[in-house]
Amino acid sequence: MKVFMLGWEFPPYISGGLGTACFGLTRALDAAGVSVLFVLPRAVDNPRAEHVKLLTAASIPRGTLLREEVSEFRLKEFGHAEFVTVDASIAPYDRPAEPPKTSRTATPTEKEVLYAGRKVSLEDLLATPSASGPAPTAVVPMNDGPGANYAGDLFREIERYAQLAALIARDTEFDVIHAHDWMTFPAAITVRGLSGKPLVVHVHSTEFDRSGEHVNQRIYDFERAGMHIADRVIAVSHLTRNIVVNRYSVDPKKVSVVYNGIDDDGGMKDVRLPAIARDEKIVLFLGRVTMQKGPEYFLAAAKRVLEHVQNVRFIMAGSGDMIRRTIEMAAQMGIGHKVLFTGFLRGDDVKRIYRMADLYVMPSVSEPFGIAPLEALSNDVPVLISKQSGVAEVLTHALKVDFWDIDEMANKIIAVLRHPPLQNTLRDHGRIEVGRLTWSEAAERCEEVYRQMVASPRR
Amino acid sequence: MASVCFYFQVHQPFRLRRYSVFDTSPHYFDDHKNREIALKVAQKCYLPMNAVIEELVARHNGRFRVAYSITGVALQQFEWYVPEVLESFKRLSATGCVEFISETYYHSLSFLYSRREFLEQVQLHREKIQSLFGQTPQVFRNTELIYNNEVGKAAARIGYRAVICEGVDNLLGYRSPTFLYGVPDADGAALLLKHYRLSDDIAFRFGNRGWPEWPLSSEKFAGWVNQINGNGYVCNLFMDYETFGEHQWADTGIFDFVRHLPDSIFRTGENDFKTPSECITAYPVSGEYDVPHMISWADTERDLSAWLGNAMQANALHELYRLEDSVKATGEPGIIEDWRKLQTSDHFYYMCTKYFADGDVHKYFNPYDSPYDSYINYMNVLDNLRARIRAVAKSAAASAP
Repeated sequence: MKVFMLGWEFPPYISGGLGTACFGLTRALDAAGVSVLFVLPRAVDNPRAEHVKLLTAASIPRGTLLREEVSEFRLKEFGHAEFVTVDASIAPYDRPAEPPKTSRTATPTEKEVLYAGRKVSLEDLLATPSASGPAPTAVVPMNDGPGANYAGDLFREIERYAQLAALIARDTEFDVIHAHDWMTFPAAITVRGLSGKPLVVHVHSTEFDRSGEHVNQRIYDFERAGMHIADRVIAVSHLTRNIVVNRYSVDPKKVSVVYNGIDDDGGMKDVRLPAIARDEKIVLFLGRVTMQKGPEYFLAAAKRVLEHVQNVRFIMAGSGDMIRRTIEMAAQMGIGHKVLFTGFLRGDDVKRIYRMADLYVMPSVSEPFGIAPLEALSNDVPVLISKQSGVAEVLTHALKVDFWDIDEMANKIIAVLRHPPLQNTLRDHGRIEVGRLTWSEAAERCEEVYRQMVASPRR
Repeated sequence: MASVCFYFQVHQPFRLRRYSVFDTSPHYFDDHKNREIALKVAQKCYLPMNAVIEELVARHNGRFRVAYSITGVALQQFEWYVPEVLESFKRLSATGCVEFISETYYHSLSFLYSRREFLEQVQLHREKIQSLFGQTPQVFRNTELIYNNEVGKAAARIGYRAVICEGVDNLLGYRSPTFLYGVPDADGAALLLKHYRLSDDIAFRFGNRGWPEWPLSSEKFAGWVNQINGNGYVCNLFMDYETFGEHQWADTGIFDFVRHLPDSIFRTGENDFKTPSECITAYPVSGEYDVPHMISWADTERDLSAWLGNAMQANALHELYRLEDSVKATGEPGIIEDWRKLQTSDHFYYMCTKYFADGDVHKYFNPYDSPYDSYINYMNVLDNLRARIRAVAKSAAASAP
């Protein structure tokens, strides 16, 4: 089985869950002997490229494409998968409706933040007891993450990506097309039309998740077209499947649910732990700070918690279009000194912060799946997740709450902070449960969809 | 001769209301839901099944006999919410064919944590049975048939002639639960062991269409009972009373099964029905049933893991019983009563994480979405109780000369 896969996020070009999902899935497909040709847009900047071993680089120009437009590489850990980046800058998670940001602050190392006007490291910051520390004025993240780089015309780039993908497809042999999320749908539709191969679109999130009811019509149309033209649709949860069926009028018979997984990457083995003795508990929010993720509910719950418990600090790790508003909100609520903003974290910093946390909270308003809670659990952090998330369908050893139910969220946070047996039981059972949610299981389900598509004549 | 010995467990806990850490009310129980469930189970099970039993006792002129253990907390709820259930139990008691068994009033795990509290609760229950039914119980059963040699000895010490417990395969070995056994080192205390296979045929498998023996007729079942003849004396059928109409719905034919069972049993000409104390009077003890560790009738493990299987359960129980002295020192009936209602084993059963992910029987009986929610709720209530105890202690200290 050969898969022509279209995505727009993949390590090292990663900003969120989609990249993680594409990586995990592709690696598992690869391990199962499925050949994947992964077509990626070229990211604007490539801060982590040195962490990836490129075995062959920009060598074989395909067909009529210019050398600069396409580069190929293989990743060491993949046996069969090939990766092709094309010269189109599709910036992940940017909202086209927003004005592009033009200036950025100085380039910090990612774990540095501005705290009370001083540049300090994350570890220093956490080591500072809130009572005796500097009077905090504002906590400003300096690194807005890769999402802030967007400056071009997204729709033009999407079209360009489609054209380049079509050219690559012309010179490639494959059995099925697998496209991840709406930005690749025009490319997927084009390739399907040219090749006559069956198409499965994989819905990791919909416009309704990202924008609530303020849906961008153009994006909705892209999504709808992709789902309707596709031979099959994969949704990451039943929650998402319902949206696909009800809001996009897709025939329920062709929509399957394939849950995301997580790979055990050895956990904390290689991470040096900060030697911080602390008497404070840490409650962690980690994710993009956008409407979809419900940061304001996290803050409101934090305020409620602080009315009862004092020895706790709330950390918000991540960046996004609501970060400034969220920081201001924390200050307005008078809990600025108890809430710490770290900016966007990567790699070992993510593990480090998990290692510090007593509880991970995901208060998402709408979360198609949500891989982060699985990461938290595999790093031995118990999780409190919103019932409005796909991952709530697969996790039983997790605390669950309606995102809007601030009091209940606070009630549960306080319980974890006060009762170690609760934290321990959640952690012990959660670790076992999360070990069963693997990418190889997800890959198997995808293969099943591929086989069904190949076997059944095209409509 | 084989005697069918029916003992039915009747129990309803005082379920807690949703109690957040922000709540301050000293009222912990979900009156609305408790009433609703009492009414529902009364309609589906207690009233129709009591009517069947009453009818059978009358029809068979005293030859059909059964025993009940009704927890104090269930009796209290019948008094409040469905007095007609209590009336029908009183009528059954008046027939002379129905025996009532002793247990802890609050269906508690007190034996494991406080012998003093255990004895007080057994006494409370005993008095309750005496006042409602005019009987003095002769036989004891501990909550959820939690049992070891110590339970047997403690029951004998306070005058019970027999204790009811689970017939666990690995303890019985080649022996059969159809004999009566003795408690090691406790003179005169007999043990009635649950025949779990035949009991579960009724309680769990009766309505299961995938069971090879389905549908189970009273004749077939009476045939199995008859096989005990020559290999024992008793067929101890111990089960939750809610089996009838609630776990096995009326449309499974469970009520008709019971209605026809006495005729089928009597038809062999040799077998009969006896209550637990009648069994002890009629049959000899045939050896010792040595139970060094705790057993129960729960799940397949037949151990304590349903109530004490994870850190949350152990913690909640520990915190609860730690309060005993300070609770009793308040002398406040309200505080003591609430503390005791919090001892009901169901609260800890709801915190069980065993099989939780598989969505089994534990979930079916659980008013909470998860064991974690149940623990959080419980600990919040306990917190408030602690605050009330402190308040009383403080005002007592203030008013002391």
